Amino acid sequence: MGTFITFPELLLWLPLLAGIICFFIKDIKIVKAIAFTGSLLVLGVALISLLYTSKGYLTYNAVNYLWLQNLGTSFYISLDGAGRILTLLTAVSFPLIFLSTYKNNYKNAGAFFGLMMLAECGLMGVFVAKDALVFYFFWELALIPVYFLCSIWGGEKRIQATFKFFVYTFLGSLLMLTGIIYVYLHTGPRVFEDAVVSLHSFSLQSFYTATLSEGEQSWLFWLFFIAFAIKMPVFPFHTWQPDTYDQSPTPVTMVLSGLMVKMGLFGVIKWLIPIFPLAVPKFTNIVMILCIAGIIYASCIAMMQNNLKKLVAYSSIAHIGLMCAAIFAMNEMSLQGIMTQMFSHGINIIGLWIVVEMIEQKTGVKHMSELGGVAQKAPVLTIMLVIIAFANIALPLTNAFVGEFMMFAGIYQHSVWMAAVAGIGIILAAVYTLNMIQKVFYGNTNEITATVTDISFAQKLALGLIVAMIFTFGIYPQPMIDLAKEAVASLVAS
Amino acid sequence: MNAILLSAIWGVLMMFSGVFIKSKTTPKYLAVAGILLLFIANALELNVFNTGSLHFNIDTKEMLNINSFNLTFIAVVLACTLLFFLLNGRDVEKVGEHVGEYFALIFFVICGVCLAATYNTLLLLFLGIEIMSIPLYILTGSDKRNLKSNEASLKYFLMGAFSTGIMLMGIAFIYGGNPNGSFFINNIQMGEGSMPVMIAVGLVFMIIALSFKVSAAPFHFWTPDVYDGAPTVFTSFMSTIVKVAGFFAFVRLFENSFGKVQSQWQNLIVFITVLTLLIGNITAVFQQSVKRMLAYSSIAQAGFMMLAVFALNDRAKEGLLLYSAAYSIATIGVFAVLIKMNDYTIEGFNGLGKTHSLLALCTTVFLLSLTGIPLTAGFQSKFFMLMAAAENTGKFWLVIVAVIFAAISAYYYFKVIQAMYFKEPGVEVIDDKEITGSFKIMLAIAAILIIAIGIYPELVVGWMYH
Repeated sequence: MGTFITFPELLLWLPLLAGIICFFIKDIKIVKAIAFTGSLLVLGVALISLLYTSKGYLTYNAVNYLWLQNLGTSFYISLDGAGRILTLLTAVSFPLIFLSTYKNNYKNAGAFFGLMMLAECGLMGVFVAKDALVFYFFWELALIPVYFLCSIWGGEKRIQATFKFFVYTFLGSLLMLTGIIYVYLHTGPRVFEDAVVSLHSFSLQSFYTATLSEGEQSWLFWLFFIAFAIKMPVFPFHTWQPDTYDQSPTPVTMVLSGLMVKMGLFGVIKWLIPIFPLAVPKFTNIVMILCIAGIIYASCIAMMQNNLKKLVAYSSIAHIGLMCAAIFAMNEMSLQGIMTQMFSHGINIIGLWIVVEMIEQKTGVKHMSELGGVAQKAPVLTIMLVIIAFANIALPLTNAFVGEFMMFAGIYQHSVWMAAVAGIGIILAAVYTLNMIQKVFYGNTNEITATVTDISFAQKLALGLIVAMIFTFGIYPQPMIDLAKEAVASLVAS
Repeated sequence: MNAILLSAIWGVLMMFSGVFIKSKTTPKYLAVAGILLLFIANALELNVFNTGSLHFNIDTKEMLNINSFNLTFIAVVLACTLLFFLLNGRDVEKVGEHVGEYFALIFFVICGVCLAATYNTLLLLFLGIEIMSIPLYILTGSDKRNLKSNEASLKYFLMGAFSTGIMLMGIAFIYGGNPNGSFFINNIQMGEGSMPVMIAVGLVFMIIALSFKVSAAPFHFWTPDVYDGAPTVFTSFMSTIVKVAGFFAFVRLFENSFGKVQSQWQNLIVFITVLTLLIGNITAVFQQSVKRMLAYSSIAQAGFMMLAVFALNDRAKEGLLLYSAAYSIATIGVFAVLIKMNDYTIEGFNGLGKTHSLLALCTTVFLLSLTGIPLTAGFQSKFFMLMAAAENTGKFWLVIVAVIFAAISAYYYFKVIQAMYFKEPGVEVIDDKEITGSFKIMLAIAAILIIAIGIYPELVVGWMYH
């Protein structure tokens, strides 16, 4: 193995390479071009890898390098199931992000785009890692570039906001590290190809078969879950999120809300539920109640919000809450739903942030009460926003509908009243989303919005692509569902 | 063996070099050459040792025990000292008139470190610790016209002498209580049963004395003042190399003499570990001066290294080696940058990322390593320590406590990073003349080393098993 380049490797090294090159280049145009091309190449790799999904192509999709053998770990990465969907999402998102913010000028652009690409590398690593230590490495590495991005290029209160974010997630992941060590010490021995034997093993597979009593699983569950819950974030671990989203530069907010939250969901799916099968049933209800409480809580705050960015942030908490609840409902329907929804949510929220960014750029304000009548000045933007907003509240014919429907069906199977309460969240989502459209886009123009112009070509292109994806997967969701089915199947198998 | 002899000889040589060499800049080169020589000699010995045939062997009547573990440790110490000389050679010259003597004293410290790493009897432990400490008292006070330096020196000397007394008493108790009547650490080896009272008292005295040397709480009170008062170059040296040597001696004694009765003294070590982590981390949070912050952070890091004494297994030994390398390189690096600053407060670092991007980048790597972020040596060392502590069944909560404090440590290390990158530069942070090209290159090499060890810790640990 490892004699030729494989897909998961390309997904890691390409962004890494592009990122490192970016650091050394001063000219902003060249930097943008390199970052954009790099992200397009990654997208290409991700798309081509879709053609080689079946078992017959295993050698293209997995690689295992020797690394620290006497600890029982190796650099084992592979592309499968849920990882495939999320790497695809990551690969799709970055070109969109770069495209929609093409006009933005950053001081020290080389560092900005370099860090963005490093963040992409970190995210990819999390989604392909099949070894606990590798997983932990990338889990932390995705955080560091984002921390610097937020703190250097963010808004006024950026330093406090992002530092809170950093300490929160760092504490969470360190607790997870202790959990990893504990599970590791209860795994069986590992025999490597060259006959080196280690006492324990860090590989995901041996984590699944670790001998842990129910009592041990119970507290380990929380060590892992808190790390993931902070990342998602699930109520009550969400307090870092609205401030960070508000203060970060918009491209970074897109990465945070579209992709980094998926790290938490992915962690739960891949690294929590299968490792602690005995503990999960015990805590299913607690976690689901937390999630559903979070949905209602976040939706209520979103309705009261005047700050556009915070509104989207809280709406994101509500969506993530629903997804997390669907994971813990633990039936095939909800799992397929979550797989498709992870992809759709990423696309939709990025679209939403693009619109918010444009409004803020054009008017210089982010409070809805100061806006109004943008529709008269920017009709294209308005149409795009309305479509994305409909997708955000999961109307039929949009991509989110399929996933959300399946998730609700799954939660319903688990518990009727939970589905009912979570359903209120949908109504609330419709309230605040439509309210936002009304306040910002309709009504009379005022002196702030009077000078607004419609969007540029690059932005039209980015939004157009998103809208196209929304409709494609809304009308013809089959390919996505097939991917999701495969993911769920591999999950059940393990 | 090589390192012990050569360091003593080179120390004497350096001391008398002042008679012949009048130039102020020459001793620096002599010192670098000396350390290189020591390093090569030690590497040869390590190599010879690993291939099995020991070419030259002085009969020490088994008072010294040379094995691949302590030779590797000495190699790490020598490499860090070399880095220290290359980065800070020019700054040593600025401390005072007697440049050659400062280097000579450092060579004597190295000799003490090597003794403390290879001792096989309590007497040589005592000798090693003393040879290590006495030159430090002088170095601390070497800035003769600075009142703070004098105060620090006196304080260090008084407290050090006191702890030496306690250590001697401990040795006497252990010797007296031991039916074999021997100073050899292997002969003290206790059976599984409960310890005789005399030995128990001696053991507690040894813990106190060694905790003092490695500045573990509650015996840490000298540390902030001494580290703050001493000339910054020497603070850099004594908070790293000397401290990890103290830990090495600590682990060696307890592994060989008291390993079997671990359960009887382990709780005391747990208490010291938690207290050290608590005091070091919490106090560091409130510091305004980076130098003082690093002093407290060194206490906090000592808390992590105490986990090796707590665990005493193979993983802990690997962890200690890694920790020695990771912690020393990173701290020496941060101090090297700090010395060049005009202002030692955290505000002094404001905007360094804009004015001196390479310096800021390297400092960031060092600080990330001290925090324990993956891909840096600091992560691997903390990870090995946590693994070692976790393998020691029954006290998993200690691992969780340790990581919570590691998260707190992010707070004060990141304050410096925030100042460098997210704040606007103030007045003239650094005198540009001070930043030579070779300084930058050395700093970059140190940062690359940190990352290399972070990716592949076998670079350090592997030598143990060759």
